[in-house]
Amino acid sequence: MSETPFLVLSAILFTIGAVGVLTRRNALVLFMCVELMLNATNLALVTFSRVHGNLHGQVTAFFVMVVAAAEVVVGLAIIVTIFRTRRSASVDDASLLKY
Amino acid sequence: MTTALLPSLAESVPVIETAPADGVLSLLWLIIALPALGAAVLLLGGRRADAWGHLLGVGTVAGSFLLSVLAFVSLMGRGAEERSVSQHLYTWVEAGSFTVDAGLLLDPLSALFLLLITGVGGIIHVYSVGYMAHDPRRRRFFGYLNLFVAAMLVLVLADTYLGVFLGWEGVGLASYLLIGFWQHKPSAAAAAKKAFVVNRVGDLGMALGVMLLFATFGTTAFAEISAVASEASDAVLTVLGLLLLLAACGKSAQVPLQSWLLDAMEGPTPVSALIHAATMVTAGVYLIVRSNFIYEAAPVAQSAVVVVGAVTLLWGAVIGCAKDDIKKALAGSTMSQIGYMMLAAGLGVAGYAFAIFHLLTHGFFKANMFLGAGSVMHAMDDDVDMRHYGALQKMLPVTFLTFAMGYLAIIGFPGFSGFWSKDKIIETAFSENLVVGLAALLGAGITAFYMTRLMLMTFFGEKRWDKSVHPHESPKVMTVPLIVLAALSVLGGFLLLGNWVVDWLEPVVGHAEHHELPVSPLVLTTIITLVVAAGVALAWFLVGKRDVPRVAPANVSVFTRAARADLYGDAMNEALLMRPGDRFVGGVTTFDDSGVDGAVNGTAATFAGMSGRMRRWQNGYVRSYALSLFGGALLVLVVLLAVNLG
Repeated sequence: MSETPFLVLSAILFTIGAVGVLTRRNALVLFMCVELMLNATNLALVTFSRVHGNLHGQVTAFFVMVVAAAEVVVGLAIIVTIFRTRRSASVDDASLLKY
Repeated sequence: MTTALLPSLAESVPVIETAPADGVLSLLWLIIALPALGAAVLLLGGRRADAWGHLLGVGTVAGSFLLSVLAFVSLMGRGAEERSVSQHLYTWVEAGSFTVDAGLLLDPLSALFLLLITGVGGIIHVYSVGYMAHDPRRRRFFGYLNLFVAAMLVLVLADTYLGVFLGWEGVGLASYLLIGFWQHKPSAAAAAKKAFVVNRVGDLGMALGVMLLFATFGTTAFAEISAVASEASDAVLTVLGLLLLLAACGKSAQVPLQSWLLDAMEGPTPVSALIHAATMVTAGVYLIVRSNFIYEAAPVAQSAVVVVGAVTLLWGAVIGCAKDDIKKALAGSTMSQIGYMMLAAGLGVAGYAFAIFHLLTHGFFKANMFLGAGSVMHAMDDDVDMRHYGALQKMLPVTFLTFAMGYLAIIGFPGFSGFWSKDKIIETAFSENLVVGLAALLGAGITAFYMTRLMLMTFFGEKRWDKSVHPHESPKVMTVPLIVLAALSVLGGFLLLGNWVVDWLEPVVGHAEHHELPVSPLVLTTIITLVVAAGVALAWFLVGKRDVPRVAPANVSVFTRAARADLYGDAMNEALLMRPGDRFVGGVTTFDDSGVDGAVNGTAATFAGMSGRMRRWQNGYVRSYALSLFGGALLVLVVLLAVNLG
């Protein structure tokens, strides 16, 4: 079974995520795009794990999932707090921390 | 010193060998400590010492004088070779191999200075009690005077050059404080500053000299250096001699550092008498005579001393001829007389004793005349312009008579003290060098002229003072010191009786070979007296027989104008040193402002501008940060690929 389709899918997912991060304003969408990029990476890692016949890639994928889960917890909490105070989930509105 | 005499120099310069101080001499330190204590009490005591401050000031110096006399008598009782006594006080500086002991050296030379400083100093202290009676700051004045006496005693009693340097700076400080004593007058404050700054130039020579002495001999003690001085190289000894001469020029107001002395007359008159006539300004002569072991081995430096002395004795005398301010005329005269001493000191073994002899007699008659001038000023409501005096001999009989004694002494009237001392110097000058001798002879003539002019303008002729001025004789506390000093001016020549002063100083300065004069001494003395008589006669015809205008005439010859402007000494300093210095400092400041500061500030401004632009990137939009993150990652990726594939 060839690994190419998996890697192509991974690249497509990553690109969708990256373009989403750069173009969307809604914090939640942005967040989901980041998750998409992480999962695209996971897919690549698992694919290479199979190619090389060892478990390094799979172990790393588990680490990425754990980090992603933790990140979601913190990130969503921040987004909810910002939304409560500003009635807006647009990342462009939250631009006070600058020069 | 001619070159033919050089081989015998080793014997002619005595090595200083000292015995420890015992008996009454173990109280040597007390001579310095008394006035130092007086100064401390008077200056720290505050107002509560106002009532008795002047009495304490006089008392401490009188105590020092008594101790000095005891020390002097004790020295007289010893054999000629045992008259150098040292007293070790404590270790002053100890750094590695460099050790300086604070010690005192009493020998025939310093013993004479002790008597002069405490004796004449004591008399001037007594006079000051009357002179400063109405000054609200009299206590402070006596504090400064005591400080001066203590520093001057340190200068002449120290047994190392470093110790002399301490006293040297001390008298400089006291001189500064006393010239500027009436600091509310801007002219006095400026004069004090000028004296301090000019002296600093001389002190530089002293400081460098002390360092060079230590570098060469590893010590600054007179006794040790005198034993090994001739072993140093000629170049080092010459440089040493010139550095010490520079120091002496500053302190003794010799050309080219003469300009401060005339302005120093801004100080109270007793200060002019004590510091700027009798004692401090002669410190340069002391330094050169004390360093005889260096000068005897450095003929070039010795010639430089003679030249400085000869130039200054004429320079000061010419200035003295044109001044209408009585104190400035006397100040010019002081410069000139110290020029005589320097000249004698530069003539080597033959002249040292006469330099000191003239220093002593000059201390008497010049202090006498300065105090006399103070008495005249006292009578004339502090007017110093001689053109406003005239016919004072009837109004101030005591001042007139005592002043006349000083006058006869300074012009060298036969029998008076100045006659003996100046005669000996001119005689020695002629036996060494004809040109120098002629300069000294000419100086004697000019001295007679300007002193006679001063006498005539002050005490004779028509009275020219305002109706509001009522001249009156000074109180006893001022006239008695005048009488004592007048007596010393007349009798000072007794020091030469039986060649006493020469024999007394021989253990320190060495034995002089007898020099052949081109003419017999008697003929020379007659010539000198005739030149002096010519000077007096000239003054009589130019000043005495004419009316003295109340305002100085403006259309005068170039020479008078030059002499009135101190022979352009200040103008020269200004043109040669001050203006170029000013321009140099201006240039350096401009370079510092625009060059150095410009580079530093420019760099800072560049980075500030750049960072101001760069911080705009921190715009707060998360998505633009993400874009730069991707851009960066892409860049890293491209580089990695390029490196790996390339």
